[in-house]
Amino acid sequence: MPSKLIEKTLRVNRLPHIWCPGCGHGILMRDVAQAIDNCGLDPDKVVIVSGIGCSSRAAGYMNYNTLHTTHGRALAFATGVKMANPDLTVICITGDGDCTAIGGNHLIHACRRNIDITSIVFNNNIYGMTGGQYSPTTPHGEKGTTAPYGNIDYNFDIPKLAEAAGATFTGRCTAYHAPQAIKLIEDAIKHHGFSLIEGMSVCPTYYGRKNKKGDSVAMMNWQKDTCIDAKVASKLPPEKLEGKILIGELSRDESKEEYTDMYMKIIEKCGGNK
Amino acid sequence: MAVKKNLVTNPKWCKGCGICVAFCPKDVLAIKKEKIVIENPDNCIKCGLCELRCPDYAIWLEEEE
Amino acid sequence: MSEKRFKLLQGNEAVVEGAIAAGMRFYAGYPITPSTEIAERSALRLPQVGGKFVQMEDEIGGIAAALGASVAGLKSMTATSGPGFSLKQENIGYAAIAEIPIVIVDVQREGPSTGLPTSPSQGDLMQSKWGTHGDHPVIVISPSSVQECYSETVRAFNMAERFRVPVIFLMDEIIGHLREGCEMIPPEELTISNRRIDRKFNGTMAYAVQEGNYVPEFAPFGKGDHFNVTGLFHDLDGFPTNDNQKTDSQERRLLDKITKRRDRIQKWEEVECEDCETMIVCFGGTARAVQGAMDEAKKQDFFKIGMFRPITVWPFPEEALNKIIRQNKHLRQIIVAEHNDGQMVLEVQRIVEGRVPVIHLGKIDGTTITPEEVLKKIEEEY
Repeated sequence: MPSKLIEKTLRVNRLPHIWCPGCGHGILMRDVAQAIDNCGLDPDKVVIVSGIGCSSRAAGYMNYNTLHTTHGRALAFATGVKMANPDLTVICITGDGDCTAIGGNHLIHACRRNIDITSIVFNNNIYGMTGGQYSPTTPHGEKGTTAPYGNIDYNFDIPKLAEAAGATFTGRCTAYHAPQAIKLIEDAIKHHGFSLIEGMSVCPTYYGRKNKKGDSVAMMNWQKDTCIDAKVASKLPPEKLEGKILIGELSRDESKEEYTDMYMKIIEKCGGNK
Repeated sequence: MAVKKNLVTNPKWCKGCGICVAFCPKDVLAIKKEKIVIENPDNCIKCGLCELRCPDYAIWLEEEE
Repeated sequence: MSEKRFKLLQGNEAVVEGAIAAGMRFYAGYPITPSTEIAERSALRLPQVGGKFVQMEDEIGGIAAALGASVAGLKSMTATSGPGFSLKQENIGYAAIAEIPIVIVDVQREGPSTGLPTSPSQGDLMQSKWGTHGDHPVIVISPSSVQECYSETVRAFNMAERFRVPVIFLMDEIIGHLREGCEMIPPEELTISNRRIDRKFNGTMAYAVQEGNYVPEFAPFGKGDHFNVTGLFHDLDGFPTNDNQKTDSQERRLLDKITKRRDRIQKWEEVECEDCETMIVCFGGTARAVQGAMDEAKKQDFFKIGMFRPITVWPFPEEALNKIIRQNKHLRQIIVAEHNDGQMVLEVQRIVEGRVPVIHLGKIDGTTITPEEVLKKIEEEY
């Protein structure tokens, strides 16, 4: 007896999910499900690939072809899936540690190839599954169980990293800004090429508690106050943008040919399509 | 004729985080004994923000048949 | 297109030709000596048959992409050498628990770490069985000729599909870079196992097996079964479980599907084993030196030598070896010749249980064992 959308897109018999009370991942997973549904895709042709960590448990709850892989390797597995059958819509759900630490190499190279995969990074700024160690997106100076005196690492800006590596669509959304997130993920899925969306989650259990950020509500209020749509921001003077985080579509490049399209041309040239 | 929508909850899935309560623009909702309760249904403007932000899919708008 | 039936090929090249004949349509890997020719020929040949090749960013990406392609329905392969083989281990375990067919070629080189990249070795024998963590099933096949690089690769793909396991094709630099005539047996003359793609699970019981079977049928992604694939222990429906009983039954089935059907997997060669006085156990490239030693021995009226060569090295053809020991009353010693510090010898000793002396002839300097060294060892030990 859940909502129609949940019934249609999730494996209801697997719910409730394992995420903590107030975890932003549940909101982001709903955004992804809604976006897939809005795109009108045939569920038989949708593949969700994930790695390891809190984020990556999403795959098991989504009612599509789902591949829960090894830590960091989701995008490499996804590359094989997409190459093997380009008719499939391949969506990667991964986390900040999974995607940008142990899987960082796969991330930059998937961006570079411009293969038509939509990657959504559920960024909770911490390693949640292992109990709160600092990740590549834990802000400089903040705490984790492995950074008891404050994190001296500088954190990644994931969309910027992806854009620099060649991703042809990048964006950022938050757990708070759900309607905008759905639209952004929809656009990313429709984009024919590699797209990367950073989904700013909230982790009240580890990141929040460790850094005195309050509960989920407080953390989402922070998202509301701190994030500003990139289109709006482009019309504002720099002093108004200080300390702000841009959300929405951040970059798009339609000039590059998609990877599997180029490979199909090679097959044609070699006569392998006969 | 506009479709009539009703606010529905599934307390079994509710983990009591309070996100829906905090962001409801009309103070319709409350958490009691760690579960969601629709306290002022008449105030509800059917905006659906609670459904969009519920991490546990425990509250949603259902169209009347 | 009329293809020549016999071709002069390098072992590495023959692997690719055999793989394509077996139906390989996807390759992902990373360049590494002495296996690189496998990637190069795959890049050249796959698009010609409608297949796909990706050079990935690293060794782990290579096996991961190949596994992804396999889940999506293509027969897939990756190839590497020692350092890369080490890197691939975690995902070999993933293939084992998620039951994804894949062929992994390891062209062995000498030493740990970077070692001697261009020198032959058989030091990865134990790693091929135990490399990934946890108890897991694996099939390992080791060819001794270019022809076997072709035909045993076909068998490797068949085993991978039939048993839904990672199959390791354990080569060495000797065979990888050896050039010999190779018969390009066309697919229509080969036995080829294909995955059934018409199975419908209706979203449940993706890992259930039919009675009397050990291997669940496998429909690829995109065919309408919304099943879940995971490296966690899972229930018959494919979803994670912590239940100890279910964990035990899944683990048992994974192991049993190989051990209880090993008679369909094991393959070996016996040369004059029935009445030899010295039996040499060897595999892969080392068999070439042993064959040379046997030829030489015949010319010299030397001791009677036999050769026992596992082609499927894991599961080791234990029953066959036992049978020889039971039946050959002339057997005085077994010499295990291998390019390592003593790996297969451990397995042979375990099986022989002291009934005849088991002696090791090893080499770890990056050069090959010669026929003369084999003969000298026999004489020394006699």
